[in-house]
Amino acid sequence: MATIHVDGQDYEVEQSDNLLHACLSLGLDIPYFCWHPAMGSVGACRQCAVKQYKDADDDRGMLVMSCMAPVKDDAYISIDDEEAKTFRQTVIEWLMVNHPHDCPVCEEGGHCHLQDMTVMTGHDRRRYRFRKRTHRNQNLGPFIAHEMNRCITCYRCTRFYQDYAGGEDLGAFGAHDNIYFGRHQDGTLESEFSGNLTEVCPTGVFTDQTHSDHYTRKWDLQFAPSVCHQCASGCNISPGERYGDIRRIENRYNGDVNGYFLCDRGRFGYGYVNRYDRPTRPERRDRTQASKTATRETAGTLLEIDEALDRAADGLRDAGDIIGIGSPRASLESNHRLRELVGAGNFSTGIEAGELTRLQRMAELNRETGLATPSLREIEHCDAILVLGEDLLQSAARVALSVRQAVRAKGVAMSEARDVPGWNAEAVKTIAQDAGYPLYLATPEASKLDAISAGTWRAAPEEIARLGFAVAHALDPTAPGVDALDDATAALAERIADDLLAAERPLVIAGESLGSMAILEAAGSVARALHRRQKTQGALTLIRREANSVGLEMLGGESLDWALERLESGAAKGVVILENDLYVRLPAERVDRALTRASSVVVLDHQRTPTWARADIGLPAGTFAESDGTLVSLEGRAQRFYQVFDPSYLRPDTRIRESWRWLHALAATLARQPMETVLLDDLTEAVAQSAPVFAPLAQNAPEALFRIHGLKLAREPHRYSGRTAMRANLDVNEPRAPVDLDTPFAFSMEGYSGYREPRREVAFAWAPGWNSPQAWNKFQDEVGGHLRAGDPGVRLFPAPVVSGDYCEAIPAAVATRDDRWRVIELPRLFGGDEMSRRAAPIQARMAPEALALNADDAERLGIEAGMPVTLTLDDAAVTLPARLGTGLPCGVIGLPAGSAASLAARPADRGECWGRVSIGEPDSTGEARP
Amino acid sequence: MSRILQSASERQPETHPLTWRLHDDESPVLLQEYRDKGGFEAVTKALAEHTYESLTEEVKTANLRGRGGAGFSAGMKWSLTVKGEDKPRGYIVCNADEMEPGTFKDRLLMEQQPHLLIEGMILAGFANRAKQGYIFLRGEYHLAAARIQQALADARADGWLGGDVRGSGWDFDIALHTGAGRYICGEETALINSLEGKRANPRSKPPFPGQSGAWGLPTVVNNVETLCNVPSIVSHGADWFQALSGNLSDDGGTKLYGVSGKVKHPGLWELPMGTTGREILERAGGMRDGLTLKSWLPGGGSTGFLLPEHLDLALDFDTIGNTGSRMGTGLLTVVADTQSMVSLTRNLEEFFARESCGWCTPCRDGLPWSVKLLRALESGKGEAGDIALLEQMARDLGPGKTFCAHAPGAAMPLSSAIHYFRDEFERGVAHSQGKAHADPIPVGGV
Repeated sequence: MATIHVDGQDYEVEQSDNLLHACLSLGLDIPYFCWHPAMGSVGACRQCAVKQYKDADDDRGMLVMSCMAPVKDDAYISIDDEEAKTFRQTVIEWLMVNHPHDCPVCEEGGHCHLQDMTVMTGHDRRRYRFRKRTHRNQNLGPFIAHEMNRCITCYRCTRFYQDYAGGEDLGAFGAHDNIYFGRHQDGTLESEFSGNLTEVCPTGVFTDQTHSDHYTRKWDLQFAPSVCHQCASGCNISPGERYGDIRRIENRYNGDVNGYFLCDRGRFGYGYVNRYDRPTRPERRDRTQASKTATRETAGTLLEIDEALDRAADGLRDAGDIIGIGSPRASLESNHRLRELVGAGNFSTGIEAGELTRLQRMAELNRETGLATPSLREIEHCDAILVLGEDLLQSAARVALSVRQAVRAKGVAMSEARDVPGWNAEAVKTIAQDAGYPLYLATPEASKLDAISAGTWRAAPEEIARLGFAVAHALDPTAPGVDALDDATAALAERIADDLLAAERPLVIAGESLGSMAILEAAGSVARALHRRQKTQGALTLIRREANSVGLEMLGGESLDWALERLESGAAKGVVILENDLYVRLPAERVDRALTRASSVVVLDHQRTPTWARADIGLPAGTFAESDGTLVSLEGRAQRFYQVFDPSYLRPDTRIRESWRWLHALAATLARQPMETVLLDDLTEAVAQSAPVFAPLAQNAPEALFRIHGLKLAREPHRYSGRTAMRANLDVNEPRAPVDLDTPFAFSMEGYSGYREPRREVAFAWAPGWNSPQAWNKFQDEVGGHLRAGDPGVRLFPAPVVSGDYCEAIPAAVATRDDRWRVIELPRLFGGDEMSRRAAPIQARMAPEALALNADDAERLGIEAGMPVTLTLDDAAVTLPARLGTGLPCGVIGLPAGSAASLAARPADRGECWGRVSIGEPDSTGEARP
Repeated sequence: MSRILQSASERQPETHPLTWRLHDDESPVLLQEYRDKGGFEAVTKALAEHTYESLTEEVKTANLRGRGGAGFSAGMKWSLTVKGEDKPRGYIVCNADEMEPGTFKDRLLMEQQPHLLIEGMILAGFANRAKQGYIFLRGEYHLAAARIQQALADARADGWLGGDVRGSGWDFDIALHTGAGRYICGEETALINSLEGKRANPRSKPPFPGQSGAWGLPTVVNNVETLCNVPSIVSHGADWFQALSGNLSDDGGTKLYGVSGKVKHPGLWELPMGTTGREILERAGGMRDGLTLKSWLPGGGSTGFLLPEHLDLALDFDTIGNTGSRMGTGLLTVVADTQSMVSLTRNLEEFFARESCGWCTPCRDGLPWSVKLLRALESGKGEAGDIALLEQMARDLGPGKTFCAHAPGAAMPLSSAIHYFRDEFERGVAHSQGKAHADPIPVGGV
């Protein structure tokens, strides 16, 4: 620690920080642009100048850029010094020389860091009287709008895009006062993290195109703390709503998880909430008619709530034996309520059997290998990483971004060893150059992370597992060896083992995306071996597919296969299906058979899925935006998401309810009991009590009666406008604002929205003078650190207890077969997720679906990119254009995950799958052999 | 203009270590002749008698100050460079991106005697345990490029470069890199970025290039003329080098001085360090007929204007530095009484604004504004407060307020021109009294 004297006050600060970081962390205001808490200092904008004095007697001092000035013990500085203030005003004046006066039509207005800083410095008179320089803008694709005239040349965009996120297609062009930030030509930004430009840019150069399409000022949006539902990473988000639509998703700072950054699937995939074709009222389908017309899009007969509940209860009662099918994309509360409704013995997790087994195995490995599961922030501090089978940018993009930071941290360590502070970002780059970091990637196809890896290995899943087992054996000779390993693989395994052993905090990553138990076992063996070699600080990250996969596994329940079997066999006749489209999990004919046998099918969902179309009674559920509950992320973090808005306030016809509320009502109706009020807290408490693993949930979120200074927490900024008029088209009388009994949040601008009282649940970050996302500074214990009240969420994974032993079942080498291709599913960020795939911007960003095969194979077979190719399996055939996969091994063919083709081709257990390949449509004769 | 205006008879080895071998007909000194006249003997001597430490110490003792304009001790720079048996071997980079307005001295050395530079680089490479040298050459210097390329090939064929320098077991080679035409590449860290293929933005220091330079390795960047001084220091010793300037200056050695502008004979002279501006101006034949000297820049566009009364000062780093200007490259630009200071300043600021890399705000957005104000003054459309604004800007572009020395360099002629010739600027304010500007320089042209 060091003492610094700022304008006559003494403060204790970290010696390793720079003055800007230290002062902002103390709550002092210094304007800045190029500095960013996650990206460090570069000294470009010169905005953060302060006066530094040699000692207490020095009364002249000299200007220094606080971002580039290291904290020194007993340093005297002044922020209020006149020369410093004048210089900061001058810098803003320079930045404003070319900045247009377009705030009223600029979409950044109201959450603009440049506005905030301009007001902070007091610059309010323009002396520049000459022409401004102008630029042409580019079309950067469906996510990002571009307005270069507003640019103040802080370089944050390229520093984030290139240095932080590894993108290559956005750069700085030109020189002097004609710097241009863009692509070499118009075109969609290729980075998976381009959306962060909208928050990294201090002004309106890069704005959210999806927001622009239905624009609302930030102060007119209603927010709630929420959790992204588009993968298992558990990123925290702040969705903003106006007039019943989600208008944008902002990052919600969580120092342990996503920090300042989201992936583009999470930020831009919200469109499914706003779809006009969503079910908003209960529906009834006449069964005979449904089977006759079989048009799944046809709306059923609309019902009122009571009638729907009565009919659903009647149907289930008539059915007698009923089962419930839960969902890994629904909350713990909803799943638990369903399980209570049908009885624990009749509850299915809704997860296909193979995946469920692997989820259970992953939970065991997290528990037993001795290595803990790291948070995303902890991943950034791991010093060697082995990835087995996961193409992280596609399957859990935010995890990939953290892996990239771990690699960058090597440069920080090298710099600090030379007394150059880690926050000195350009200096770190100079020193690090392309210093090798031990990141090893074993995946079927090349990925953008390859460029920063120390070694890549392209192979089929079984071969990836064999490499993992070989690494385990190299780490610990008592681990079983791998037969018939070729020299190159053995050497690679030795190299990986050496690097993992040399590290203090080695990390092993594997997961579900290739559906391979062998890979998980291999990862588990590596983790065990590391633990036995005393690498107790090591870590194991196992990627799950869906937002609540971990929660469902913890909750327990049977597989989806079991559920269908019960229905097919007639053991159960009624089924309640919670937010789950069974058709994306198991083959259609099998689901059809089961649902046809069932005498009563009740479906709760917020989307018109094929499963919804088979419901006798469909109950319209809320999405994450209209409901609240708890999810458990892949790091075992239980996090509550809060309802953003009440859908019926502006659309009185809608009958959308939280699934757990529907299920509670259905249970009462079934029991012919009057319905008692149920609150979210009751259900969360019930989950907490249902199993010891859930006990921490009781303290996870403030209960509904939580108040600050006697106030509820505001969902709306205090400048929120139009409340008295926004419903005037329906009724001139303004009804009372909806009341939220479930949480401490109010559907109102009335309530606490400040930063002084520490709180973990922050709907939107705002502080006086800080309207941009940089307002998070005010909520953190230090800038870029943790929220002062602690980061949201509670870890549910118990402390690892070492048990079990190495897996002995090592798969045999994959023999390339002349007549068969090893078929695998390749995860994809855009299109791989059932819900975000329904959002138009994501659809615009999805690559065309294609069959990926090895370029040499293709050449040998005369297949060119784009040519239709048919993949024939035992009981299915799919035709897609060919894509020449980068690095895909010979004899392997890849299907895009989440596509209709991969659903059709997937074997029942998502296990090992082989198929034949032919050129052209299915009946053509051109069978191709690898 | 880039020609030596001293005859061969005046240029003797004892007094003109940089230029004594040059031909009056400006043809290049080739390898054989260079060797016949003692070339590469310093390398032979260094390989036989010196360790890298002792060679560095010799140059440090000679007080050879950087001839690129900053005047930092070359030996000091070398001694601060990371080197040792257990350290990675880095680079010697010759800063040959000679783009300082009014400066043309390195061009002469490279076009006519490239082997002297090569020899200097080999010695610098030896002293710093470098593995590779780069000559970062201004892209427009086509003739220099061709002659350096030839000289490198000849020297390599003769065993002075390559895997085993003259059988010593020590390896060192030099490659030529031609720049793409940015003034900022003369800033050593921007030069390194450009050499690496990156944007030519200056780097933050620390780390200094001596710790972590090109591709992260220890790197020494020296000016052409600086490096050309090294062979004679090694051959004749630090004391001899010190004595070259006699009692004219505390700085040792000779200096390639020059003059451009409205003089009778613009050109270059190798003279003892500390020679006065008046002597140099006299060697140039004085002002052209009918013109009188109004002002002069002592060493390039990024130095401050001086007056005729400063002509008797010794042209060395400290003496000129005490006037508030800088010696810079030591190549004088003279201004005649018929020339407009406003136009001249505008022309210079236009150059500096254009050559800003665009990294830091004051330089990127301040300099173009100053150009627009100067243009307004130039055309009589200045407004009240413009001059005060220019003065404020010159202060706010000063050292410490910008990322590198580019803008402070640009501020020097601006602030000094206003300081010495305020009335000319005041005449540019609309409705002010007085006659229009004499001999304005066309916008965009020199």
